[in-house]
Amino acid sequence: MNFAVLQFPASNCDQDAVHALRHVLGQSARFVWHKETSLGNADAVIVPGGFSYGDYLRTGAIARFSPVMAAVQEFAAKGGPVLGICNGFQILCEAGLLPGALIRNRSLQFRCEHVFLKTVTKNSPFTGTIPDGKLLRIPIAHGEGCYFADAETIARLKANDQILWRYVSATGELTDDANPNGSLDNIAGVCNERRNVGGLMPHPERACEALLGSADGRLIFESLVRALESKSLAKAA
Amino acid sequence: MKAKIIITPKKAVLDPQGKTVQNALEHMGYRGIGAVHVGKYLEIEVSGDQETVRKQIDEACHRFLSNPVIEDYKFELE
Repeated sequence: MNFAVLQFPASNCDQDAVHALRHVLGQSARFVWHKETSLGNADAVIVPGGFSYGDYLRTGAIARFSPVMAAVQEFAAKGGPVLGICNGFQILCEAGLLPGALIRNRSLQFRCEHVFLKTVTKNSPFTGTIPDGKLLRIPIAHGEGCYFADAETIARLKANDQILWRYVSATGELTDDANPNGSLDNIAGVCNERRNVGGLMPHPERACEALLGSADGRLIFESLVRALESKSLAKAA
Repeated sequence: MKAKIIITPKKAVLDPQGKTVQNALEHMGYRGIGAVHVGKYLEIEVSGDQETVRKQIDEACHRFLSNPVIEDYKFELE
């Protein structure tokens, strides 16, 4: 499968994402500079982490007007899968491709540590093949990761099963202590109503090999690859 | 002319910065301090007729300068 990994000024997880996709998952992945207006033959788009445009004004607020984002909007509108990681999640929220917003951590501190994630639904291209009951141990590194949306939006997310991951304790419990940033309902990641656009604050691309302390992030990318493969099989049939 | 824009977090949004400043003020001994909200202030130099400028700035505030999910804005032209 062909992955497009976007690069904005001050993206800094783009290399990690391409490494994970190419060398761990054996996929084809290429960088797409933010000034490009086409995604080429991409089957999926990754919006990586970093501090695009220095996080000026608000995280993701300037990146979302980059030329490449018009191509991403079009790609998503056609049902193409788009995954935003950390700053990529913030950019997709700013772009209106995902509901809600990410605000300053409740502690006001930049948090850089491993967290545990519980997959809430397998009904998405990003979670489809994650084993039942498997907790994902994945690092976070952010100062603005507190997920916020108004009560009506949160109710809609729940009703439509759009919450993909929640922060939990090492034993899988939904506790306040396990919530690293004050996110409403311990939300770590969500998808859009159509389920083809997803975002999360933790960094799966930094947890794809045992050498890095955890390979759990791989399960998210594997889900996406499987979803793309079954889509292309269905198309060919 | 100059557009003076004030952006503040919505009331329902957790504002840990405001809360921390409030605590500090109380700690310093200032009496009667209530909720503090930390926002942003922007000054934009802009030319054109008042009505067009007002429309443009309002649109820019809504689309870009503020995020309506978490922030409110108000501005004046002078």
